[in-house]
Amino acid sequence: MNAPLTHSPGCGGIDLHQEQGQRAVFCGLTGIVWLHRKIQDAFFLVVGSRTCAHLIQSAAGVMIFAEPRFATAIIDERDLAGLADANEELDRVVTRLIERRPDIKLLFLVGSCPSEVIKLDLSRAAQRLSGRLNPVRVLNYSGSGIETTFTQGEDACLAALVPDLPRETETAAPSLLIVGALADVVEDQFFRIFAVMGIGDVRFLPARRAGAMPAVGRNTRYLLAQPFLTETARALDERGARRLAAPFPLGAEGTTGWLLAAAEAFGVSDDAFERATAPGRARAETALAPHREKLGGKQVFFFPDSQLEVPLARFLARELGAALVEVGTPYLHRGHLAAEIELLPAGTRVTEGQSLDDQMDRCRAARPDLTICGLGLANPLEAEGLSTKWSIELLFTPVQGYEQAGDLAALFVRPLRRRALLEV
Amino acid sequence: MQLTLWTYEGPPHIGAMRVATAMSGLHYVLHAPQGDTYADLLFTMIERRDTRPPVTYTTFRAQDLGRDTAELFKNAVAAAHARFQPQAMIVGASCTAELIQDDPGGLAKALDLPIPVIPLELPAYQKKENWGASETFYRLVRALAGPPAPRPVREPGERPLCNILGPTALGFRHRDDLIEIRRLLDALGVGVNVVAPLGATPADLGRLREADFNVVLYPETARSAAEYLKKNFGQPFTHAIPIGVGGTRRFVEEVAGLAGIDAAPVLDGPGSRLPWYARSVDSTYLTGKRVFVFGDATHAIGIARVAAKELGFTIVGLGTYGREFAREVRAEAAGHGIEALITDDYLDVEAAIRAAAPELVLGTQMERHVAKRLGIPCAVISAPMHVQDFPARYAPQMGFEGANVLFDTLVHPLMMGLEEHLLGMFREDPEFHDGVGPSHLGGKSYGTPADAVPEAAERAPAGPPPTPAPVPILLDHAATWSPEAEKELKKIPFFVRGKARTNTETFARERHLPLITLETLYDAKAHYGR
Repeated sequence: MNAPLTHSPGCGGIDLHQEQGQRAVFCGLTGIVWLHRKIQDAFFLVVGSRTCAHLIQSAAGVMIFAEPRFATAIIDERDLAGLADANEELDRVVTRLIERRPDIKLLFLVGSCPSEVIKLDLSRAAQRLSGRLNPVRVLNYSGSGIETTFTQGEDACLAALVPDLPRETETAAPSLLIVGALADVVEDQFFRIFAVMGIGDVRFLPARRAGAMPAVGRNTRYLLAQPFLTETARALDERGARRLAAPFPLGAEGTTGWLLAAAEAFGVSDDAFERATAPGRARAETALAPHREKLGGKQVFFFPDSQLEVPLARFLARELGAALVEVGTPYLHRGHLAAEIELLPAGTRVTEGQSLDDQMDRCRAARPDLTICGLGLANPLEAEGLSTKWSIELLFTPVQGYEQAGDLAALFVRPLRRRALLEV
Repeated sequence: MQLTLWTYEGPPHIGAMRVATAMSGLHYVLHAPQGDTYADLLFTMIERRDTRPPVTYTTFRAQDLGRDTAELFKNAVAAAHARFQPQAMIVGASCTAELIQDDPGGLAKALDLPIPVIPLELPAYQKKENWGASETFYRLVRALAGPPAPRPVREPGERPLCNILGPTALGFRHRDDLIEIRRLLDALGVGVNVVAPLGATPADLGRLREADFNVVLYPETARSAAEYLKKNFGQPFTHAIPIGVGGTRRFVEEVAGLAGIDAAPVLDGPGSRLPWYARSVDSTYLTGKRVFVFGDATHAIGIARVAAKELGFTIVGLGTYGREFAREVRAEAAGHGIEALITDDYLDVEAAIRAAAPELVLGTQMERHVAKRLGIPCAVISAPMHVQDFPARYAPQMGFEGANVLFDTLVHPLMMGLEEHLLGMFREDPEFHDGVGPSHLGGKSYGTPADAVPEAAERAPAGPPPTPAPVPILLDHAATWSPEAEKELKKIPFFVRGKARTNTETFARERHLPLITLETLYDAKAHYGR
């Protein structure tokens, strides 16, 4: 379990450690909670166990009022014993589902730990059902915990979309593709900024509707809006699209660096870039200033969760003056995060992977002012007198771009403010 | 395969976690993939526990499957023992680990730890959470209660002793029920030997035998263990569930009988306010209110009795998601002249509620959402657990104080209903016009299933609203309402309007009437009012 830490120097200027052991992280199925809000005519059908159904229900936090656009086809002993043909069963369940929800245009069959272990071939099932349910598209990806950690579920989902995207012609003018689920309001803000720069053809993956997915080809340049999109990037590269290396659009500095990468690729003049970004930068500065005194010098500890940890730590350290005790991350993509790693303060301790009990020991010993962790750990750490911010909120809240820089800082300030307010 | 939108129960290992988390000095090593650790948040977020559950997960990944997951499991057990120094451990597999067949019990045994290590076999593809809790508690008792022995002999005048069995972590009001039942037993002169699982250590389970009898508060989690204790230690156990005034009185009598003491001091004591509140004249409007009850078997049965016999409601639906207790629920439903609904499919429950058109729903969080959609008042009376089901105040469901709580819980949604009725008298007033709807239901316009459809459509522009398959009201075949009849319908108080609409439409359909007129409305009223 608790394998010793391995220390691998030489990754930028950071102090990188790798750890193995018990991991307290969600599996990739959790991404369904925000992905089904983003793609408004998609349905996510997990093919899994009662545990999978229970996880999504619990991670959604509340049982949502309306009928959700996700469900679980629960495998039972008849399926396992071979008494029922799993494929026939799946067809029956999907048929019932589509009859109930004629509004659905895109159906994801989402693999889980049990479906992977029994080697249920969901890609063949998706092909078969796509033919039968035409015009409903059926795709598949795995959100299983044995293969994906939390946000990697979104990566797998978007990667599954890529082969299905319309093919852009060879002669098409260059277009910009923004990759990763963002809140609609954030997309609209970025769209306006790019328009001022003179980049008019901006597309988003995923699109809000199944029928509006962006065309991709050799002349597509793409910016990752999220740091956890390894497989999606690989699939886009295979299509001939080219990634623009950039930091991630968290905080004013990250947003500027991210926009600049597009500006350079599309030959935007310095003037146009300045015109497009100056108002946002100024507003972000105004919004961040009051938070700086609250977070300046504060010791911050990240437990691994979403792979957003490194960009967030960079934002906290460089724009708000926080001190980083440890930055845990489930996985560190050296390539996609190269610009972020460069920006982290030299010597920052980054831990890739997890050994939960050991990491909790380190956190307790350090007694940081603020700990960013998953839902399972927050209250126990609060009870030990540590202020915590539960990290899942960072995925449910619009936090990218200039206009949200202040909101992002406020998420970290709120636990500290609250602790100071309470007299009981 | 079963299509599931929401589940009433988690998998069986969650039940095992409820037992392990309730106890101290016990540690659970769960062979499970990464991601199954979500279960921690049930306890730390929903129940607001201030420590992590005493659970170590192996969190294996795909790369481990190619290597040696058995070794991973053994290391996890050894490390958990070294770190937490528990008195005993339980070991088992979650759904995925069950498929890779590593035999957690055998592996743990091979470590030869100096403490009892109890293997759990919880078939994740057949069984569910409550069964898992019951099985885990039974296995613990079996392993730790010691060899069979006769009941202790008491000297005359010596205080009789009982154990209280059943309360777990993440239980519906278990925390407060336990306080209430302890008070009741104390008032009777019965001592409490061990409470388990909640608050017990493995060593405490070795003392269970010292009691004269067992109090089973929640058969879902404790009946198997109580039967084992009866067989091996001759301890009888209680069957009456102290929910409501009647239930509590029967429980007191049963306990007094088992303890060989007089129940009169408690039965003649102050008791609950419920009987007088139910008799006070403001409660007359509760008479015959149509109520739909759904939950775990213990709560569904107990609450149905309170609703019918202590508040004068009419039970129009009764059901449970706990198939293990289907027989008991069917018997209770028969007593109310209805057929029980035994299902764990939330869509079936929704359809049954629509069909029964009740005036009050007493169910779980799931039924709360259904009721909200249908504009029917609702109170939550059973797990699955929601953060709101752990109130800061003292709010037992059991005992005489529990009966007081139940009076408030079951009646307050309807008190609001009465206020809305008065509000209906000012219907034409611009501030209170019909479109505003009851304030306690979110201010949206209330109504029948048919009324709810356009409302739901407005809320979810992405597509047509969900309509569960077996809806008895066939919208496409429904007769058309004439404007006058529709207007007249709106004059009927909202809490009976749904029923009036359904009845009238059924009446019209049966007679092949294409148009519902004022006459049809009142013909139907007379027909169903017979």
